[in-house]
Order: sequence, then structure tokens, then C-alpha cells
Amino acid sequence: MPVIVKIKAVAFLLLSLPLLSLIYRFFGGGLGVDPIETLLDETGQWALRILLLTLLMTPLRRFIRRAWPIQLRRMLGLYSFFYAVMHFIIFVALDKAFYWDEIIGDILERPYIMFGFSALLMLTPLAITSTNNWIRRLGRNWSRLHRLVYVIAAFTLIHFILLVKVDLTEPLIYSFIFVILMFLRWGKVKS
Amino acid sequence: MLIKKPADIAASEITPQEIYLERRRFMQGLGAIGLSSLVSPAQAGYGGQVLDFNKPAQYQIKDELTPYQSVSTYNNFYEFSLDKYGPAKLAHTLKPRPWKVTVDGECARGGQYDIDDLIPASLEERIYRFRCVEGWSMVIPWVGFPLSELIKRFEPGSKAKYVMFETLYDPEQMPNQKGRVLDWPYVEGLRMDEAMNPLTLMAVGLYGEVLPNQNGAPMRLVVPWKYGFKSIKSIARIHFSETRPVSTWTKANPREYGFYSNVNPEIDHPRWSQKRERRIGEYSRRETLMFNGYSQEVAHLYKGMDLEKNY
Repeated sequence: MPVIVKIKAVAFLLLSLPLLSLIYRFFGGGLGVDPIETLLDETGQWALRILLLTLLMTPLRRFIRRAWPIQLRRMLGLYSFFYAVMHFIIFVALDKAFYWDEIIGDILERPYIMFGFSALLMLTPLAITSTNNWIRRLGRNWSRLHRLVYVIAAFTLIHFILLVKVDLTEPLIYSFIFVILMFLRWGKVKS
Repeated sequence: MLIKKPADIAASEITPQEIYLERRRFMQGLGAIGLSSLVSPAQAGYGGQVLDFNKPAQYQIKDELTPYQSVSTYNNFYEFSLDKYGPAKLAHTLKPRPWKVTVDGECARGGQYDIDDLIPASLEERIYRFRCVEGWSMVIPWVGFPLSELIKRFEPGSKAKYVMFETLYDPEQMPNQKGRVLDWPYVEGLRMDEAMNPLTLMAVGLYGEVLPNQNGAPMRLVVPWKYGFKSIKSIARIHFSETRPVSTWTKANPREYGFYSNVNPEIDHPRWSQKRERRIGEYSRRETLMFNGYSQEVAHLYKGMDLEKNY
């Protein structure tokens, strides 16, 4: 079996663990005093973490001179999309109990929700065009479209920064990591 | 001249602090191994010192109580931790006794009081709704006494338009005060008529027992028609003034947290809506009530005021 298949299998299992943990704790009463808050927080954080992992793959490939990071990248991107969709579904179904007028009101009137929702909207065509078929079909335009990931990451970070009450530590740490990842990417292009 | 009446409880009957803490640890241990029922009913419960109190009928509301576990492990108490689950784990460093409360400003009977001289012998249990500005809420059976009773004893003068409260400032007992996430000590304030309203409570216990540290021991304010951050914890100073005090959260973010901070579904927080809240324990959101459902008792305090300007 080629190494890449093994890598993908392990990655697939590892990335499912946060979801499995949430399901397990949901039924065992282990989601804390405000389970919906915990669900929103954890799905959001994992979507962001995996998104940043996705952005690590290109610099990693250059550094270790192997192909597998790029071969793994699609799964990471789709997993990030998956957790982001979960995050949104929990917001709509559990937090807002399908009160659509409120949901739409929130998206239009609360900047932090507008940024989050926009990030998810932009991530959707990237998820749809992740298949080999679409890569072929779009040709050069595929890379152009997928550069949206930088905007998506920035919007996600702004979403996080705007929603914390007073402690900016977590969102700033993620932002710092994002800046490093961007530096690793563009810094190398010059050489 | 004495301020207080002779204590109804003889000094010899007051549980020394070390024994009170030891008993709590013992009870928690018993509870952990499922043996708390072996102890007499008066000592069973949540491991704290049991209080004696009346239950005035008008404060025994029908809403379902938030479980003790949730009330005592989900706390915004930044003096200990920015995480809501942190204070329950970390607040053991707080020593509720000995405790002094400084009273000063526009009053005749200011001074440094031992807290046990301030807590009256007759306490009441009041079940209040509690609404956090973040959008969650609880129903809590507090044990305490009306703030108005306490204020009368200090004989505030005619210049006393506002009451200001301060939390203890002691980074040894409250380690997160070493950092500067908020401007310590925590300050809150009420207009005199808000403070004298029958609803305003000084709480010393919950669920029939002495306040756990993380809930603001030994004494905290409960102003049920305002957002929870106004209900200042672990009070160490009471100050009467002519000028309006500046609350810590107002100082931290004046656009988002005003002096009044009355619960009001019509006035959104700049970043999120206040129309609904999540009652802890429930999965959907319920509608937020004007003045947290206490309009009858307090709406008159704000007659003619523009509540949008005076948020």
C-alpha cells in the first residue's frame, strides 16, 4: 500500500476524533453547564485549527521535499469545511432554534456573525471544486479560486476577535500562527 | 454608641473558620463516596455550612431552579479565572473569614466593620432570576437580607445619591488580580433608590448554605433586574457618594456596558442581540423579559428616562 494511503487513513481517523469526542460527551452530559456554547466553541475552533493546518501543507512540502502534504491538503480542507458547517448548523438549529428572522437579522446586523457567515459562504465553492474533475475543468482558474482561502482565514480570525468579551489571548494566538504561515509561504517565493 | 444590636447568635456558636472549611471538605468527601445520607439531614446537602432562614412567599417563584452544580461551577469571576469553570477550581485561596467591610463617604456611621456584625440574625431565601449580559440565565435560591436594611444602619446623608461597592483587592487571595485584564478592585454602583428597592439583596448563601467562594463569598449583591455583572461579589467596601461611580465594566468598555445595565430585550448589546436568552439546562432560547420580569417592582424607578441613552 502506498505511503500516502496510510497517511490519509491516519489523518482521516485523527481528524474525526474531535467530532467523536463531542458526540460522546453530548450523550454523557460532559459538555459542561452550557452545552450549546461548548459545541459552538469547539466546532468553531476545530474548523479554524484545521484550516490553519491546510495552510501549513505548501510550506511543509517545500521544507521536507515530499509530495504527501499536498496530497493530504484536500482532506484537511474538506474537514475544515465539515466542522464549519457543523458550527453553522448548531448555531441555526440549537442556538437559534430555527428562528430565521433572528438568524438573518443576526447575519445582517452583527459584524462578527457577518464575517463568520461570509467565511463559510466562500469556503463552499472551494469544497465543491475540491474534486479532481473540477481541478481539471477549471485549469488555471482553480488556483485562482482557491486563493480565496487567505480571505477565508482572515475573515474567520476577525469573526473570533470580534466575539470575545475582553480576553483576546486565544484569537491573537491563532492570528499570530496565521501570520507565520503566510510568512513561510511568501518569504520563500523571493528566494 | 453601638451600631448593632447584641448578636442573636452567641459568638461561641459561630463556627470557627477552620472547622467550617474542614466540615465542607469532609462533606464533599462523603458525597464523593456516596455516603452523605449517613449524616443528619441538617448537615447533608452540598457540604457547606447550613443557614437558618425564612422563606417569604412572594420570593418563592415557580420557575425551575438551576441545579446547584451549575450555579457553583459556572461563574464569571475574573479575579480567579477568565474561564467560567476556573473559579470553582481556584477560589479556595479566598478566605471569607476574618473579613472586614469598610464603609465610608456620605454617611454618619462609617467605619471598618467585621462582616459578622453586618449580617443580621434573620435571613430570607429568595428565588431570583439571574441574567448574564452574555445571553444565558439561571434561577437561583439566594439566602440573604435586603440591602436597604444594611444601608439604613449606616445613616447615609442627603448628599448620598449613589452607593458604590468594591470587591476585595488582594492578589494573594485572588491570583488573577496580579494581571490587568480589568481595573482592580472591581467596582459597581447603584442609584440610591435602586439600592433601597425591596428587591435588592445582599446574599450570604445559596441553596440554603453559605456562599461557595466562587459565588462571591462571604457577601455579594444581587440586583435581579440588571445584568449579572452588576451583582458584585466578595464585597469589601461600601461607599456613599454624590457623584455617580464608574463601574469597572463601563471603564473597560463604555460603549457596551452602561451604568444602569437594566435587562431590556429592546436594547441590544452592540455586538449581539438581547432579545433572547438561554436558560441554563434548556436547549432552546427563551424570550428575555423587560427588567428580567421584575417590571412591577422596578419600572417606576425609570419612569420618563430614555432607556436607550441610559443603558
